[in-house]
Amino acid sequence: MSAPLLEVSGLTMRFGGLVAVDTLDLTADRGRITAVIGPNGAGKTTVFNCLTGFYRPTAGRLLLRHPGKGEVELQALPGYAVARYGVVRTFQNIRLFPRMTVLENLLVAQHTELMRKSAFSIAGLLGLKGWRDAQATALDRARFWIERLDLTRVADEEAGNLSYGVQRRVEIARAMNTNPLLLCLDEPAAGLNPRETAALGELLQGIRAEFGIGILLIEHDMSLVMGISDRIHVVDHGKKIAEGTPAEIRADERVIKAYLGEPDEAEVPPEVAQDMPELEGPRA
Amino acid sequence: MARTLPDRLKDAALAAFVALLLAVPFIGLTTINTDVGLRVATRWDWVLWAVAIVFAGRILFGFAADAVSTRRRRTEARGPLVSEAAGRTLGKAFAAAAIAFAVTLPFLPFSDRYVLDLGMTVLIYILLATGLNVTVGLAGLLDLGFVAFYAIGAYTFALLAKFFGFGFWIALPMAGLVAALFGVLLSLPILRLRGDYLAIVTLGFGEITRIVILNWQSLTGGPNGVGGIPRPTLFGLSFDRRPQEGQQSFHEVTGIAFSSEHRMMFLYFIVLLLVLVCAWAVWKLRRLPIGRAWEALREDEIACRSLGINPVLVKVSAYATGGLMGGLAGCFFAARQGFVSPESFTFIESAIILAIVVLGGMGSQIGVVVAAAFIVLLPEFAREFADYRMLLFGAAMILVMVWRPGGLISSREPTLTLAGGKQPAESVVRGVGS
Repeated sequence: MSAPLLEVSGLTMRFGGLVAVDTLDLTADRGRITAVIGPNGAGKTTVFNCLTGFYRPTAGRLLLRHPGKGEVELQALPGYAVARYGVVRTFQNIRLFPRMTVLENLLVAQHTELMRKSAFSIAGLLGLKGWRDAQATALDRARFWIERLDLTRVADEEAGNLSYGVQRRVEIARAMNTNPLLLCLDEPAAGLNPRETAALGELLQGIRAEFGIGILLIEHDMSLVMGISDRIHVVDHGKKIAEGTPAEIRADERVIKAYLGEPDEAEVPPEVAQDMPELEGPRA
Repeated sequence: MARTLPDRLKDAALAAFVALLLAVPFIGLTTINTDVGLRVATRWDWVLWAVAIVFAGRILFGFAADAVSTRRRRTEARGPLVSEAAGRTLGKAFAAAAIAFAVTLPFLPFSDRYVLDLGMTVLIYILLATGLNVTVGLAGLLDLGFVAFYAIGAYTFALLAKFFGFGFWIALPMAGLVAALFGVLLSLPILRLRGDYLAIVTLGFGEITRIVILNWQSLTGGPNGVGGIPRPTLFGLSFDRRPQEGQQSFHEVTGIAFSSEHRMMFLYFIVLLLVLVCAWAVWKLRRLPIGRAWEALREDEIACRSLGINPVLVKVSAYATGGLMGGLAGCFFAARQGFVSPESFTFIESAIILAIVVLGGMGSQIGVVVAAAFIVLLPEFAREFADYRMLLFGAAMILVMVWRPGGLISSREPTLTLAGGKQPAESVVRGVGS
């Protein structure tokens, strides 16, 4: 197997005294769905925020192997530039542009490319042919995703007026309009009913197969995670406690403990017990 | 909603009490001119009347407000008065009619110096508000010091003319560029600010600019201002009766009898041209990636970042574009007056421009035109009411905001639509039809 698309090594994120993510290793590949799961507060979203340029990690390396631009260290880029290298995310609490239509949302996603094609608005103001062509191409791409995600009826509606499930789809369509290599989804099934969740699973598998992009998924809905993931990383208290295929994870004792708690006789899991002296030390 | 009678009486009594407090000094005491000087007289009967009127008025107002809100709830249930599509057609028709009216205004029979002068004032405010609309309405970045750009544009022309003898047409783009540059400078320290803090810093920027102009005596002449600013020329033709040496005048070349109104008409057409060009540019920019990025920034900055948009560039460009138009307006203002002084650029100007943008409906270009006309013309029409005209003006503004909280035109026009796109796909047609 060739080198993975994204290689996270030793990622650590500290907020003052709180270690949210502790020397985490993670890989994501093209054409595969990688899931990150863990109990609430385990540090999953922090990993995402580091990866997509919202936090600058305290330590660690986020290596992206871009087919066109070579190896890029994401942690060294300015936050907004990460998306330009093909790592794009959605948000746990949907962040659309509510007063803009669905179509406009998708065009904003193509901003970087369109801005260049409009020669920073000069060609656009003059209405030159090169710009008109670029706009037509952008519109075609937006139209493709609108149809693909079944948004045709609402394409000209303001995004803020749509129902929750539809807004989720718009957010995924918007992310796909940036032409990503790696799509990072932060709890995409939150707030969806079981039927919508199943449809989302099919959609993600379809996108992965059709466009060969990698998908990195944070999710609490185990039916979705177990159903579509190729590889699962389990995080608890900022550390990775397990990694493997869905079948392996399902059987893993440490994972079960992290989610369901401890039986009475063993008070703390070994991983946590290891940390105890450090955590308790200063307080005592 | 319907309140009980004792409630209403209590409410009215409170209002009457406030009226009493105000009426004692304002109405109850008055000064009378006598031979030996001023003497204070009392008018307690007037105070009593005022309090009684407020008491009765408050009760009536309560009933009226209830009636209005009940009716509004009924209308809302029925949906908006005009559909969005119809609204857009209406908007286009209005824009065409407004442009046609503006172009023909100087030739209409009732137009005289006064009308043209008023027209120019309205157009200057439209130009200013069009610029501020980019910053506030589209990009959602509050600016309480917009008058600074107006002042910078005006002083750029005034000083270029004073020290280097520049004419209007060369100074115009330079005034715009200098103001845009100051827009960039202003935007840099406030990139991370929002809300109240942004308001304070921009307010400070406006005041600092004015105070610097006021105190930099050697350059700006301080409170004495800069005079002798040259009039604009039409391809070198002046509009004076006796042009300066080496210059030809309009009436000599065209053979039309001299009239001082020609110069007014010429100035009017210059500002009309500026407004049309700027309005067109904003209309066009809104449909370009930069314009959509402005609006996206207003909607959600974090989402913008996640899509690879650099928020710094978007903010800087929004302030620069707004500043540019403010500078153009300032340059024209200097040319029209022939004289600039810091007094013209006080905070109240910023407030009026912002009021035009908010009253028109944030981001709406037609709204800006209607609101500018409203704000400039209303005090003029209310001149007959002398001292009470600003009171009327304030009351009218309150009424408009009660009637239309989102501004006169609060619906947002999409920059492009799939259904109305250039190449509608089959599925689109189906989607709309079903």
